[in-house]
Amino acid sequence: MELYLFDGSLEGLLSAVFACYERKSQVVKLVNEASHIPDVFDPGYRVISDREKGKRVWKGLCKKLGKEWQFRFYKAFLSEQPEVYQHLLNFARYVIDQPPGASENFAHADVLAVSQAAQKVHREKHRMEAFVRFQKTGDGIYYAHIEPDFDVLPLLPEHFQNRYADQRWIIYDLKRKYGIYYDLEKTEEIELETAPQMSIVNALPADLLDEKEELYTLLWQDYFKSTNIQARKNMRLHVRHVPRRYWKYLSEKQG
Amino acid sequence: MYERIREKLGILADAAKYDVSCSSSGSNRKNENKGIGDAEGSGICHTYTEDGRCVSLLKILLTNHCIYDCAFCVSRRSNDIKRAAFTVEEVVELTMNFYRRNYIEGLFLSSGIFKDADYTMERLVRIVKKLRQEERFNGYIHLKTIPGASDELLHEAGMYADRMSINLEMPTETGLKLLAPEKSHAEVKKPLKYIQSNITQFESEKALIKSVPKFVPAGQSTQIVVGATPESDKEILYTANAFYQNFSLKRVYYSGYIPISNDARLPVIGSQPPLIRENRLYQADWLMRFYGFNVREILNDVHPNLEADVDPKLSWALRNLDQFPVDINTADYYMILRVPGIGVSSALKIVQARKFGRLYQSHLRKLGIAFGKARHFIRYADSPVQLKEYEAGHIKGLILSESKSKYQKNALNQLSLF
Ligand code: SF4
Repeated sequence: MELYLFDGSLEGLLSAVFACYERKSQVVKLVNEASHIPDVFDPGYRVISDREKGKRVWKGLCKKLGKEWQFRFYKAFLSEQPEVYQHLLNFARYVIDQPPGASENFAHADVLAVSQAAQKVHREKHRMEAFVRFQKTGDGIYYAHIEPDFDVLPLLPEHFQNRYADQRWIIYDLKRKYGIYYDLEKTEEIELETAPQMSIVNALPADLLDEKEELYTLLWQDYFKSTNIQARKNMRLHVRHVPRRYWKYLSEKQG
Repeated sequence: MYERIREKLGILADAAKYDVSCSSSGSNRKNENKGIGDAEGSGICHTYTEDGRCVSLLKILLTNHCIYDCAFCVSRRSNDIKRAAFTVEEVVELTMNFYRRNYIEGLFLSSGIFKDADYTMERLVRIVKKLRQEERFNGYIHLKTIPGASDELLHEAGMYADRMSINLEMPTETGLKLLAPEKSHAEVKKPLKYIQSNITQFESEKALIKSVPKFVPAGQSTQIVVGATPESDKEILYTANAFYQNFSLKRVYYSGYIPISNDARLPVIGSQPPLIRENRLYQADWLMRFYGFNVREILNDVHPNLEADVDPKLSWALRNLDQFPVDINTADYYMILRVPGIGVSSALKIVQARKFGRLYQSHLRKLGIAFGKARHFIRYADSPVQLKEYEAGHIKGLILSESKSKYQKNALNQLSLF
């Protein structure tokens, strides 16, 4: 077995796949160097991230994978989970070596693992689309921040851009310290110098907010209360749909 | 200064909440005019009520004043409650401001009937028209059809709404007459038919000309109240089935009656709403729509009611043991779908995965089926040799004892689908 170290980027991962073929490696153990504890007996092979090599591997994969699987591959990558990189590497090699259609073999451990990781990320993306609560600022920008379990920001622009085409908005990931900003034309990555705290939902200081913001937060909390049917109360089901760790996003849970 | 609008919202959201429909999917309205909103694709639940229902739409009444006196309804004229009415502008502003903050997918607008049907419908239409035309709102709009409204108004409403609905309320005409003598199923069928034929017409025109405007793209739905009147599950599901077929409905919603009145014709206030029964009806409804079951297989004269302790799919399997075991490695997709413990997505995965080799128990577990339940009904590559055939009661006992704790904890509440 050979140990490969890579830099944690998608390019690096794809370059590692390339290296497997270039170096004719058999079984490879792929580890993100950020989470690797150096071993004197096995320094490992350090994969250099290479744009061209990455591209070639991606092209090769695309020949074998339908749109949905290409997207799944990317989503699984965004899960940032240490073991997912290994699965992605194995998956890529398996798919490249087999005739097209191999990705439908859900009985294969790596196929299943990649699709499950992708599913988790997809669920998180969907949750963010649902639970983001914008607050309108005095200068008319709609601002929200999140702390998602996985790095889902790159998956969000399309949805929010389609939906809020006529308003400027920012969604900021406090954990990973970057955000996306839509300026009515395009969505770009941004970094804020002083990002607010993720303590409660209404984290923006009152003086930054639009004068009507308080009213709509109140009305939304009122609405949430009055739409509840006491006779049907079922907190177990409620928490299954809205796990407690997401409550911090939801202004209706603060009132 | 916020008090007035807060009070109105309180009253008019409270009165609207008994309409259970929350769907915001199935439309295809794209944001093409660089306006706001997008009702394409599947709907999103932005939050859940404490009873676990999806909140995706701002669900309100325009007013809770009503000239009718339906016994099952909080807004009935004889009920001594606070009344309120929104202005057209207020509804538009609330919708836009909630939508822009990503609270909701759109608006679900209904109303008590004040003055007469047309007068009420005309107001509702004015709101949706303003949202679409002035605010360039492309989010989801579910509009209630007011029984008795003129064809012209229905037609206009259909040009702006994504979905329209009108509630049957009671599963049978007799049930309805008992609680709402002024109403009839006929006046529900008439607008359903009218809108259905318009949808069909628009669709056939669209096949020829691309630029045909949308007409109720997410279709129509209705709601049946369960447990207010004494109908059997069979009567309820047969009615639902007939409405799916005759009016191409997208959904039938089943709403466990929540006692809100001291009327002697109705269950007393404080009695538990029939939540398990409601859930079983939804499961049976899914079997009809997505699992290829005929309504007569699920309920019939010999078996007129769904059981509380087992879901309708398991119940069907236990009554039809001669159709099992199903061989996972060779059986037809539709037969795999009929196995208790296997849902649509795992059935699909099974037929894909078995192309690559025979499936073993370990594969099946990983593919996400409820193995403990399914194992009684399937054969797989390494299934144990079975010496004797179990009979239905025995299998049911085994399944129930294994899932007992789970079932008991949830006993009074809604269970999930399969
Ligand atoms: S007509 Fe509608 S709002 Fe009026 S009492 Fe009957 S069900 Fe309620």
